[in-house]
Amino acid sequence: MGRDAGRLSLILLMTPFLLWIGLLIILPQLGIGYVSLREKISYDEFSFGLKNYVDFVSEPVYRNTLFRTAWMSILVTILALIVGFPVAYYIAKIARQKSRAALFLLCLIPLWVSDLVRAYGWIVLLRETGVISSTLVDLGIINQPVEMLYNDATVVMGLVYTVVLFMIVPLTSTLQGMDDALLEAGYNLGGSRFTVFRRIIVPYAMPGIVSGCIITFMLTAGSYLTPVLLGGKNSSWFTEQIYNQFITRYNWEAGATFGVTLLVFTSFVVWLGLKLTGQSLATTVAKD
Amino acid sequence: MYDLSCDRVTKAFGKFVAVDQVSLDIPSGSFFSILGPSGCGKTTLMRMIAGFETPSAGDIRIKGESVLALPPNRRNVKMVFQHLALFPMMNVGENIAYGLQCRGEKKAEIPAKVRRVLERVGLPGVEEKQIGQLSGGQKQRIAIARCMVLEPDVLLLDEPLGALDLKLREHMKIELKQLQHQFETTFLYITHDQSEALVMSDRVAVMNAGRFEQIGTPRELYDDPVSGFVAGFVGDANILAGKVADIRGDEVLVELEGGGGRIAARRSDGSAVGSAVEVFVRPEAMRIGAATTEASLAGTVDSLLFNGANSRILVKARGGQLIEVADPGQSGSLAPGAAVTLTFETRRARAFARRAG
Amino acid sequence: MALTLRVVLAASALAFTIGGAEAETLRMLTWGGYAPEELIKKFEAENPDIDVEVTLSNNEEMIAKLRATGGTGYDLAQPSHDRIFAAQKEYRIYKPLDLSKIDTASMTPNLLEGVKENATIDGDVYAVPHQWGTSGVMANMKETEGVTGFGDLCDEKYKGRTSMRLRRTILLGTAFSMGMNPFELYADKAAYQDMLDKVTAKLIECKPIVKTYWTGGDDLSALMLSGEVVVAETWDSTAYKLYNENPDIVFVPPKTGALAWIDTFAIPRGGEADDAAYKWINFVLKPENVKIMSASTGAIAAVPNGIELLPDDKQKAVKAAFTEADLDNLKFFANIPPGLEDMEGIALERIKAAQ
Repeated sequence: MGRDAGRLSLILLMTPFLLWIGLLIILPQLGIGYVSLREKISYDEFSFGLKNYVDFVSEPVYRNTLFRTAWMSILVTILALIVGFPVAYYIAKIARQKSRAALFLLCLIPLWVSDLVRAYGWIVLLRETGVISSTLVDLGIINQPVEMLYNDATVVMGLVYTVVLFMIVPLTSTLQGMDDALLEAGYNLGGSRFTVFRRIIVPYAMPGIVSGCIITFMLTAGSYLTPVLLGGKNSSWFTEQIYNQFITRYNWEAGATFGVTLLVFTSFVVWLGLKLTGQSLATTVAKD
Repeated sequence: MYDLSCDRVTKAFGKFVAVDQVSLDIPSGSFFSILGPSGCGKTTLMRMIAGFETPSAGDIRIKGESVLALPPNRRNVKMVFQHLALFPMMNVGENIAYGLQCRGEKKAEIPAKVRRVLERVGLPGVEEKQIGQLSGGQKQRIAIARCMVLEPDVLLLDEPLGALDLKLREHMKIELKQLQHQFETTFLYITHDQSEALVMSDRVAVMNAGRFEQIGTPRELYDDPVSGFVAGFVGDANILAGKVADIRGDEVLVELEGGGGRIAARRSDGSAVGSAVEVFVRPEAMRIGAATTEASLAGTVDSLLFNGANSRILVKARGGQLIEVADPGQSGSLAPGAAVTLTFETRRARAFARRAG
Repeated sequence: MALTLRVVLAASALAFTIGGAEAETLRMLTWGGYAPEELIKKFEAENPDIDVEVTLSNNEEMIAKLRATGGTGYDLAQPSHDRIFAAQKEYRIYKPLDLSKIDTASMTPNLLEGVKENATIDGDVYAVPHQWGTSGVMANMKETEGVTGFGDLCDEKYKGRTSMRLRRTILLGTAFSMGMNPFELYADKAAYQDMLDKVTAKLIECKPIVKTYWTGGDDLSALMLSGEVVVAETWDSTAYKLYNENPDIVFVPPKTGALAWIDTFAIPRGGEADDAAYKWINFVLKPENVKIMSASTGAIAAVPNGIELLPDDKQKAVKAAFTEADLDNLKFFANIPPGLEDMEGIALERIKAAQ
């Protein structure tokens, strides 16, 4: 009786989760995978095969865009880590207990605004006739307006701004769990600031760093609006090509192929990153 | 030459004075304890010595040299933290090697030093173990080894036994003392547990509200406390409240509250006739037996508390106070309700002015 | 269990009948401005049993949406005339129109014939014209001189101050400006690819001159009005709107011919309110309603006196832009044969990815 009740409650608890995973994640992915294997012969005529993948590999534009997206996402991830770490450290270790929640909330503010509005905010600031350029001209620092949009640096900056929070949150919660005594012990035993940082803080924060980096990287590689709006003529982001295939060119088969490729490739990058840094999901993200 | 000296060290946080003009001198190779209730300022004092806090006034000297200008990582004072603070991401060997590496020791020499210190703390060959695989006592010893491998001038210990269970704590007291002998290093030990301080220390400073009440050997503190606080905090004591009725030389006659009668006690401070005092009598100073003239109390047995060699008889005095009497023989001849007379030597009862609160 | 199921079924059947008894809903999938509030109110007042619901979209998304739902979810769509034939052949998202229910007599005959020609499959007509306009170039007259067409977007003189939309229109427009006629090459894939390669090379070479590729009317307007861009590819209606705000900005029909598009009416295959859809089509083609519609869209209705029914200021702008000869020289988009869009798509992506 008791066992049956336990079983029932397990089923009841698991059902929504399994439904969610099954219906909203696995099923669509299977659908995408299926579509990506369809080869279009003519109107309403399909056969199955890897032609779409062959097409993808043999077209340098797609390949290069994928590599470019991955490379820039890695750069964004690294920058987000560099920017996010001191913030997380400040919130977790230096700020007073009372102001901690407020600071955390402050970090969340950008999320209250949609991606689109944030990107337009950047555009208003950075365009040639925008706030920054015209202020600099008015102050006489430069003598003609400068265009700060439509280049890779702006895209990277905009992306870092968008994703840095997802770096800060896991880092803060990891660092909050660190006993200050560890730091003091680090100093007490003769460590310099740098040694303590390198040998104690960073290894301790590693689970947070790894999960933050994975989230940031995945979000960046999968972002659409920021690179397209800030990058302008030079954006060429992989998700834009997926959008183009699906929406502009009605080519679901190619779009699905791109989608699967992006998923596989980003997973591969994450795996490679874990390997290269000698981490594993079990010892970092899934650590209790 | 003292290994560690504090000269009127003061630390104020805003208006609150955590450490108030504390001075101490610790001779080389001794085991020195600071004993006090939580919040008395002992941890702040230790953190100033380690360099994590800066004194508001006063000086701290190690081997005669002021260290106030030195950052924590440049002071040759090592610390065993309350929760030990072993680095969880390093194994035992790495934990111990950390300090040596920070000091820039030659790579080739480090493993030998690590091995040697592990042997000295009685845990040879555990270099490769992870911290989580160690027992509480082993962690304790690794934490000490991690400091001792650096041959510090002074080892600070911040209540390191607090987290252990009772049995292990008793065992570690003895072990710590032995380790200190073995390393011949000056230990400065902080605790709120008077038995830890008494068992291990050469000298103990009793700290209260930011000040040292008394510094002395454990025996001096126990037998010869200079204040009511020390008498009450160090060891067990029955505290009997009353008023000074008469003064005869170095004895006072105290009229107990609640009509408990009069008892004689040693006069330990300047309390005058009529002032409120507390009389401290240790349980082992009490005897059950025939009445002497004034150092006696009448009462009835309330209950018998069996605790092996620490067994007690709880006696309800006429004035209503509950008095603990040591009963090492666990006589068992008394039953609750029996009328008894308690006697004690006058010199083992001390009267101090009553403390506020 | 069986009982519960029956109760649920009964309840939903009940809900269904109640829903059916309520006013009919006309769900429109159309462009921004193509269903002005004023007209909707008027239409609902004339037909109290019809509710109008509007979803704003563009050519690509309209077809993507209808494709995803198999042509259900909407009762009336307004894709451009070149987006009917292939989409219908491939995805079967429209249903044939019953021309007897449409007041075709009020439409400009040549536009109607043109659309019918492009939108007839197996004798069934799938679209009728609604409004038309052109794609061309607009220039800020104060800052430019002698702009005549798409070729000027790549003029070194205007380095960093031109803009275009990276879609098929600019490929076609550039091809015309280079002396080629892509519509004539539609039938010959190899020749078309050859043309695309030349256009791609030209547009990649042109990339440093272009400030950015605009993506919608709003960012194009901002670029022009701020003066950051002085020559841009545009829809004529956007240019007319900007003319009202800054008379220096005028639409320039390219010498090689403005590219004309016709937005149509088509009924999705799963449409559930055909009669309401026909009523709306006939309603918006009435002269008094055309005026309101054109004021909102800036485009010219497919009725014989469409230009006269534009608001005065826009009429002036059109007349300032087009001569009779320009109007004769309009190049209407032809149906895209299958496969060409993929070729164009890769060309566009190559241009975008070029650094």
